[in-house]
Amino acid sequence: MIFVGELSELPPGESVRVQGEVAIAVFNADGELYAIDDTCTHQDASLSDGWLEGCAVECPLHAACFDLRTGQPSGPPAKKPVRTHAVEVHDGQIYVRESAPVGAAPVGAEAAVGEVVR
Amino acid sequence: MRTATVVGASLAGLASARALREHGFDGRITVIGEEKHAPYDRPPLSKEFLAGTVTEEDIGLTADDEDLRIDWALGRTATALHPRERTVVLDDGNRVASDAVVLATGARARTLPGPLPGGVHTLRTLDDAQALRRELVPGARLVVIGGGFIGAEVASTAAGLGCEVDVVEAGSVPLQRVLGAQMGAVCARLHTRNGVRLHPHGRVVELVGSARVTAVRLEDGRELPADTVVAGIGALPNTEWLHGSGVLVDDGVRTDEAGATNVPGVVAVGDCANSHRAYTGAPLRLEHWTNALQQPAAAAAALLGREHSPPAHHAVPYFWSDQYGHKIQFAGHRTDACSVQIEEGDPETGAFLALYTDRDDEVTGVLAVDLPRPFGGWRRKLAKRI
Ligand SMILES: Cc1cc2nc3c(=O)[nH]c(=O)nc-3n(C[C@H](O)[C@H](O)[C@H](O)COP(=O)(O)OP(=O)(O)OC[C@H]3O[C@@H](n4cnc5c(N)ncnc54)[C@H](O)[C@@H]3O)c2cc1C
Ligand code: FES
Repeated sequence: MIFVGELSELPPGESVRVQGEVAIAVFNADGELYAIDDTCTHQDASLSDGWLEGCAVECPLHAACFDLRTGQPSGPPAKKPVRTHAVEVHDGQIYVRESAPVGAAPVGAEAAVGEVVR
Repeated sequence: MRTATVVGASLAGLASARALREHGFDGRITVIGEEKHAPYDRPPLSKEFLAGTVTEEDIGLTADDEDLRIDWALGRTATALHPRERTVVLDDGNRVASDAVVLATGARARTLPGPLPGGVHTLRTLDDAQALRRELVPGARLVVIGGGFIGAEVASTAAGLGCEVDVVEAGSVPLQRVLGAQMGAVCARLHTRNGVRLHPHGRVVELVGSARVTAVRLEDGRELPADTVVAGIGALPNTEWLHGSGVLVDDGVRTDEAGATNVPGVVAVGDCANSHRAYTGAPLRLEHWTNALQQPAAAAAALLGREHSPPAHHAVPYFWSDQYGHKIQFAGHRTDACSVQIEEGDPETGAFLALYTDRDDEVTGVLAVDLPRPFGGWRRKLAKRI
């Protein structure tokens, strides 16, 4: 498990980058936490530099949108998904479990963080 | 609506077909494209593809696992449009009538007046890029005519490949019209810092050489030796074939915000469209990748009578350019009345973000070099102007 930081330091709309085997971007999308590979599958943009649009992050360079739940891009220029990772919150601290293979099931951590955030 | 024909098989044409399917359109979609290639992405043609770091397969726009059920007519040119039955006439004499027609014929590179010696290129298509790439060998002398985005990117890529590069720019700095003199000067320094010679106020009077070009002669008498020349002198919308169709053309096909033309059932999108823009409150023909991707979603919705509510910042014109390893991003609009302030960073040393402010002290544009995160934030703030 990778320690990300205090939940209080990642308010809704914000993102942070942590280092696992590869760089991982963690997002707070309206109270739900998501983690995906940080590097865009199109070129080398850092997706934690992107902006949230609902449940997707828009790549800061060429605007490919990745669904935070599945890692799937919604269209060009990205063609491949990013990996998604499980997020857990313990005592107000965010952790990421690096793993989920490409295109895996949703890993939003709503249940875990919902109460803490609201 | 049961049938749709898309003319132009590139980014805007493919995005139109996709958008129609995403809105649940189940009828026939025919896509007609002059080039023999399946849709591919153009931005890499002056960047990674020209540098040889990505392949033709990498820049394909169609995904393997997607079935859009398109009837492709590739290698076919549309030569006329009859508006009443919305019939598109092809160069092989075939006619395709449909309920809706999407004009997505883009633009083509403006060329120098001929006849031209060998070794003189423009860059718009995959074939152009392949032909140019063969000549950009280490030590080759390249003269780029025009310091705009394509010219600058070709210069940057060629310098990276070990070519000797000269850029001839008609203005005092490159990109003056788009970015203004101050930021144009910043772009000029990118060239000179990377060993590329920039020739401002340069007027080409002759391409010297008969079978092949050997030099470019400037008005002031200088001759720049050249093995290869690239003319990056702008693009023209592909609309001539619409002559006599009744579709209103004025520097591109005139459309409303959603892409509707003056002819019912006919929309135009991407580089060929001179569309009304909420952001400027005036028609503007954009040659920007994101416009060619996003405008079709609005046009498809309009054709099908569906709701379409894209994120607000999509209405703020945006383009990027990669030069000498730097990510340049611009959003919004600049006029000559704008002044420029540096908001973050320092153009002298590297990453920075600059704001364009009009006479009313309102921010209308943002330029960033290597600062994608704050740039995205500003693009969203600009959307609030509309
Ligand atoms: C080298 C290069 C680099 C670029 N880099 C960037 C960048 O970094 N950032 C950015 O924002 N934008 C960039 N652009 C611009 C971007 O690629 C264009 O905005 C985009 O390609 C426009 O898409 P489109 O589908 O409207 O038109 P096009 O891509 O021009 O496609 C139009 C297609 O229609 C076909 N066609 C034309 N007439 C007919 C006809 N009568 N019948 C049938 N088919 C026809 C053409 O052959 C062509 O294939 C770049 C462009 C080029 C050329
Ligand atoms: S780097 Fe992310 S879309 Fe291009």
